[in-house]
Amino acid sequence: MSAAEDVVTEAPAVEAVPKRAMTLGTGTSLLVLAALLIMPVFVKNFIIFQMTMLLIYGLAVLALNILTGGSGQFSLGQSAFYAVGAYTTAVLMEHFNVNYALTLPIAGVVCFAFGFLFGQPALRLSGVYLALATFALATAMPQLLKLNFLEHWTGGVQGLVVTKPDAPFGLPMSQDMWLYYFTLVVVIAIYIFSVNLLRSRSGRAFMAIRDNEIAASAMGVDVALYKTLAFGVSAAVTGVAGSLGAIAVQFVAPDSYTITLAISLFLGMVVGGVGWLPGSIVGAAFIIFVPNIAEGISKGLSGAVFGVLLFLVIYLVPHGARQVAILGQQFAGKLRKN
Amino acid sequence: MTAVRFQVAVVLVAVALCTAMSSAALAQKKYDSGASDTEIKIGNIMPYSGPASAYAAIGKAEEAYFNKVNAEGGINGRKIKFISYDDGYSPPKTVEQARKLVESDEVLLIFGSLGTSTNGAIRKYMNEKKVPQLFVASGASKWNDPEQYPWTMGWQPSYASEARIYAKYIMKEKPDAKIGVLYQNDDFGKDYLKGLKDGLGAKASMIVLADSYETSEPAIDEHVVKLKAAGADVLISITTPKFAAQAIKKAAEINWHPMHIISNVSASVGGVIEPAGLEISQGILSATYTKDGSDPQWNTDDGMKKFYNFLTQYDPKANKLDAAVVFGYAAAQTMAKVLQMCGDDLTRENVMKQAAHLKDFAPDTLLPGIKINTAPDNFVPIEQLQMMRFKGKKWELFGEIISSETGH
Repeated sequence: MSAAEDVVTEAPAVEAVPKRAMTLGTGTSLLVLAALLIMPVFVKNFIIFQMTMLLIYGLAVLALNILTGGSGQFSLGQSAFYAVGAYTTAVLMEHFNVNYALTLPIAGVVCFAFGFLFGQPALRLSGVYLALATFALATAMPQLLKLNFLEHWTGGVQGLVVTKPDAPFGLPMSQDMWLYYFTLVVVIAIYIFSVNLLRSRSGRAFMAIRDNEIAASAMGVDVALYKTLAFGVSAAVTGVAGSLGAIAVQFVAPDSYTITLAISLFLGMVVGGVGWLPGSIVGAAFIIFVPNIAEGISKGLSGAVFGVLLFLVIYLVPHGARQVAILGQQFAGKLRKN
Repeated sequence: MTAVRFQVAVVLVAVALCTAMSSAALAQKKYDSGASDTEIKIGNIMPYSGPASAYAAIGKAEEAYFNKVNAEGGINGRKIKFISYDDGYSPPKTVEQARKLVESDEVLLIFGSLGTSTNGAIRKYMNEKKVPQLFVASGASKWNDPEQYPWTMGWQPSYASEARIYAKYIMKEKPDAKIGVLYQNDDFGKDYLKGLKDGLGAKASMIVLADSYETSEPAIDEHVVKLKAAGADVLISITTPKFAAQAIKKAAEINWHPMHIISNVSASVGGVIEPAGLEISQGILSATYTKDGSDPQWNTDDGMKKFYNFLTQYDPKANKLDAAVVFGYAAAQTMAKVLQMCGDDLTRENVMKQAAHLKDFAPDTLLPGIKINTAPDNFVPIEQLQMMRFKGKKWELFGEIISSETGH
C-alpha cells in the first residue's frame, strides 16, 4: 500500500462538506426537537432561561455558519450585527411601543440591509483581510452606540431596559417558558429556511464560491452578488438572534456587544463544526456552559482553564461536533453490520 | 378527683406555655430563602475575567472578610456562605449569573456586584423578584431611587456627590472663580458634570467652559489649551487616570496654573501623579473617603490596625496598596453590620429595612468622621468626603469632612 492510497482512504471527515451532510437525519432531528419541546416542563425557570440563551446563541452561530461554512467568508464582526438587531428591537419596543414579535422581522430587514451594504466593500477583501475588516466593525460598534446624537434613542452608556412579554391568550405559563417556546419556533423556522437555502440554487452558488471562486465565476455564478447576499442573510439572521437576546436579557447596553461576543460566536462555530448546521447548537452550548465549568474549576484562572479545554477540543476533534457525529454514525454502522 | 383535676390543670398550663413559647419563637425567627438557623447565603457578581478584572480584588477582599466573620463565630450564630460568580463585565452574563444566584443557589440577597451597566442590566429583575441588590459597587447616582427601585441601593459616594463637594469648596474659597471643566464623554463624566452644576446651583454660570473628550482620543492637549484660552482660573478635571496625567502635564507646559481639581478616580499617586511629574503636581486638589493603605499616617490608627491584621490573617496575598482591597473590606463590613441588625428576622424585606436604617456606622477603613447613614428615602450610604491637597510625595487631608447634601 502506498502512502498516496492511505491518504485517499482516510476518514471522510476532513473533506469539504457536501450539502446533504450539512444536516441531521430525519429521525435524529425529530428526537432533538421532541427533547427541546418537552424539556421546559421539568426544569426551573433559570434553566429555561439558559436554554433560551442557548437557542439564541445557536441562531447567531448558525448565521456565521451560513457565511463561513456556506460561502467561505470569514467574519469577526457578527457582534455588530447582533447589536444592531438588539437595539432595533429595544428602541422599537421602548420608544414606539411596537409588539415584540413584530420587531423581529424589522430587525432582520435592517440587519440584512446593513450586512448587504457592508458586504460591498468587503468584496475586495478575502481571507484574513476580510476577517480584519469585520473585526474593525465589531470594535467600532460599542462606541457608535454611545454617540451623542443617538443617545436619545439608545440611552447611551446606560443602555435601555426592555420589558419582558407575558404569555398571550392567558396561557398558563411563565414569561420564561413562553419566551423559550417563542424562541424555539423562530429558531426552527430559520433553521429550516437555512437548510433549504443551502440546498437551493443560491446555496450551491455559495458553496461553489467557497470551494473555488474562479471556477464558480467560470460556471456563471455572479460572485459579487452571492458574496454580498451571503453577508446580508447572515447579518439578518444574526440580527434576529440579537433581538431575541435583547428580549430575553431585558437589557441592551454597548458593553454587551463587544468584540468578545464576536469571538465567542466564531469559537462556537469552530467547535460545532464549520459548515455543519446542527453543530451550531453544540457550539453555542460550548460558549455558554464551558466558561461556567471553567469558573467552577478555578475562579482566578477561569480564562486559562477555558483555554485548556478549548485546546483539548481543537486537538482531539479538530472538526468539532461534526466529527464526533460522523464517528458516532460510523460506529453505529459497524454495529449494525456485525 | 382533685389529683385528676390537678393533672388536667398541669396539662393545660403546659399546653398554654408551649403554644406561647412556640408562637414567641415563630415571631422571632423569620426566614426567606437563603437564610436558616445555621447559614445565610449571599450572592455576588464580579468581573474576575475581562476588561475590568482589576476590580476583582474587591470580591476577593469581601470573601476574605466573610471568612473572618465565620471564623469568629458568624453573625448571630449563622455562618455566611458567600457565592461569587464571574460575569466578565458583560451585562448579558450578569443577568445569567444573577438568575443563577437567585433561582438556583437561592441566595438571600446579592451584595456588592460591580459595574454600572452590569448592575443596570439586573436592576429591573431584582426589583421584580423583590430580592435585595445591596451596596452596588458603582459610582453612578441612579442607585439612589428608592421610589422606583426599592430593592436596589448603592454604597460609595456617587460621582455627582463628589462633584457637589468640589462646588461647595470653590464657592467658599473662590467665590469669583471662572471654572473650566474638562470631562470624559460618558456616563462617568456626565454624572459628574450634572453634580457640579447642581452643587453650584444658581451660580452655575461660574462655569465658563465645559469641554468634553472621547476616550478614543490619543491626547487631550488641545482641550487644555482651549480651557486656558476661555480664561478659566479653576480647572476641574473629570478624567480617568491616563487623561488626568496628560492634563496636568499640558497645563504645566503652557504655563497655566489654575486651581486644579482632579476626580477621586484619578487620585492615584503611582498611576497619575508620578507619571505626570511630582514637581508640577504640587497643590493639586481632590477628595477621598477611604484611608490610603500605603499612607504611614494610619499605622497607629485602630481601624487600619484591624485591617492590616485582617490582611495578614485572612488575605495574605492581597496588595494593601490597592484601593480595591480597602474598599472591599469596608463594603463587606457594612453588609455584615446590616445582617447583624436583622437579628433573627432574616426576610428580604427586613434586610432592606435594616439597610435603610443605618445610623452613624463607621467601617474601619473609611476616613475618621465619615459615617454611613441611610433612611427609607435616602439610599446613599456614603455622602461625605474630605478634601486633600498633593504635597511633597503624598496627599495631605485638610479641612473638615464635607457632606455633599446641597442643604435644601
